[in-house]
Amino acid sequence: MSEIIVEHLSKTFPSKDGRVEALKDVNLEISSGDIYGIIGMSGAGKSTLVRCMNYLEVPTEGRVLIEGKALGDFTEKELRKQRESIGMIFQHFNLLMQKSVIENVCFPLYIQGQKKEQAHKRAEELLNIVGLLEKKKAYPAQLSGGQMQRVAIARALASSPKILLCDEATSALDPQTTSSILALLKQINREFGITIVIITHQMSVVREICEHVAILKDGVVVEKGSVSEIFSHPKTSVARELIRQDSGTDAEKSMNKIQDEINNGEIIRIVFSANSAFEPVISNLVLTFGEPVNILKADTKNVGGVAKGEMILQFKKDNPRTEAMKQYLCDHGLEVGEAPEYA
Amino acid sequence: MLNTMTFLTAATQMPSSIPEWWAQYGKMLTEGIWGTIYMTLVSTAIGYLFGLPMGVALTVTDKDGLRPNAVIYKVLDVIANIVRSIPFLILLILLIPFTRVLVGRSYGTTAVIVPLTIAAIPFIARMVESSLKEVDAGVIEAARSMGASNWQIITRVLLVEGKTSLIINATIAMGTILGYSAMAGTVGGGGLGDIAVRYGYNRYQYDVMFVTVALLIILFQLFQTYGMMIANHFDRRKGNAMTVVTLVIFVVLTVLIAVCAGIGIISFIKEMFLK
Repeated sequence: MSEIIVEHLSKTFPSKDGRVEALKDVNLEISSGDIYGIIGMSGAGKSTLVRCMNYLEVPTEGRVLIEGKALGDFTEKELRKQRESIGMIFQHFNLLMQKSVIENVCFPLYIQGQKKEQAHKRAEELLNIVGLLEKKKAYPAQLSGGQMQRVAIARALASSPKILLCDEATSALDPQTTSSILALLKQINREFGITIVIITHQMSVVREICEHVAILKDGVVVEKGSVSEIFSHPKTSVARELIRQDSGTDAEKSMNKIQDEINNGEIIRIVFSANSAFEPVISNLVLTFGEPVNILKADTKNVGGVAKGEMILQFKKDNPRTEAMKQYLCDHGLEVGEAPEYA
Repeated sequence: MLNTMTFLTAATQMPSSIPEWWAQYGKMLTEGIWGTIYMTLVSTAIGYLFGLPMGVALTVTDKDGLRPNAVIYKVLDVIANIVRSIPFLILLILLIPFTRVLVGRSYGTTAVIVPLTIAAIPFIARMVESSLKEVDAGVIEAARSMGASNWQIITRVLLVEGKTSLIINATIAMGTILGYSAMAGTVGGGGLGDIAVRYGYNRYQYDVMFVTVALLIILFQLFQTYGMMIANHFDRRKGNAMTVVTLVIFVVLTVLIAVCAGIGIISFIKEMFLK
């Protein structure tokens, strides 16, 4: 059964020059236990859409159904009750800066009228899940961005919600922290069966954890479906553009697959400058030496107006000819260096 | 210095030593200090009793507030503006009949608390409004997403997150009220301001006036230092290391102010209702 159904949803905001249509006839079905991504550029209406799912924004037209019940039919009081089963996390974490970590996690429980002792017990369980139990007495200002988001996740989970809405939850974090937060979300989804809706402008986030995705452009859903389907057969230019921007930063993962083939061989970085890019150096290298070379990553970057190509190569392990091959690359005008971060 | 004083106070009989001077003016000055503390603390306390809810109401009913209500906002806004636009000295005179009805007379420290409080309420309300509007809208949204009611957002988010700013503004409000209380001296308000006006302005007795002004400055400094101390100590966004010395000063001042406020409020109630 579908956990969240969005039907013909439109939202218009009044503005100085008339009205702004933030969302136009949006239809979505998110099934229970899914991790659903909603992606789009800034201003596409993503944040408005996710706020309609807990009625922080009331849609101008259309309906939102949670487990078959339309949020529009609820009274203010019933709506507040309903929100307890929909957790939400934000880009800027939105923690209470004047309260300690554990009091932040207890906050939703206090709102529901729980006593301090009971709330603290539950909060400690949750802080343990997000790996921050030892920080329970710290204040948010003493934590890093990733830690604050973990506290926010613990807080969102406090009232045992069935749905977790994530509004650009990783956009203020660096790539490593983003990965660890996404891993945590995946773990939560698996262990508690919570349906997760992720709003993002980063395709990498969708690729890493989402099962389904909807692409939003100017308030309209232009494409939706399973993530693998959209990655292999993007139908719209918006989808293609988003995939293009997502120039893979996860060499780490692809490495796991090739490690059997050339196990633990030496990894080097080569840099092509503008004139050396004309010659098929790598092909010639392979043909000359008759040895395999693995390309882990290839990228071109504009460095001060000059196109620089960068490649991460891996040689066969314990190959006596490795040095000769490196020399060959040097002789053909490439810069050869170490790449310890890929080892 | 002493020569100038001798010259200036030649009109009255001049005491020849400090103990003698103190014997002559000491009692009056101690009463003056108490009068000023009494007026300031009681007016601030009653001012917050009404000003805090008024400030919350202004925040909540504003168009970006939790429950926008143009009518309530406009009414409170106009009341605040009217009272704030009347210079305090004029308000003091304007309210004499009202004070007389309420307290039974229009002079003395207890009587001055009436116009002081009336001037303080809208001032405090504006201060509270600005403090609460500084609270991050994201945190309010997070609370709403958890199902918090407006009342819960006010008590558990706005007043908690706005704490530091509220305390700093309370310090400013107290300083302003202290200044106003001295101004009330011109119409026989009591306290240090009254002494400064009577001796400095009416009798050209500058020695008494200088001491009075020095005492006012010291009082103001005490309130200001204390207020900033609490604001910083309870701001969880900063480190909260407090040295033993500051801790001792903090505790002593807290006890002192609490006792003064307690005695002040009790004597105010006595004078108002048990006359």
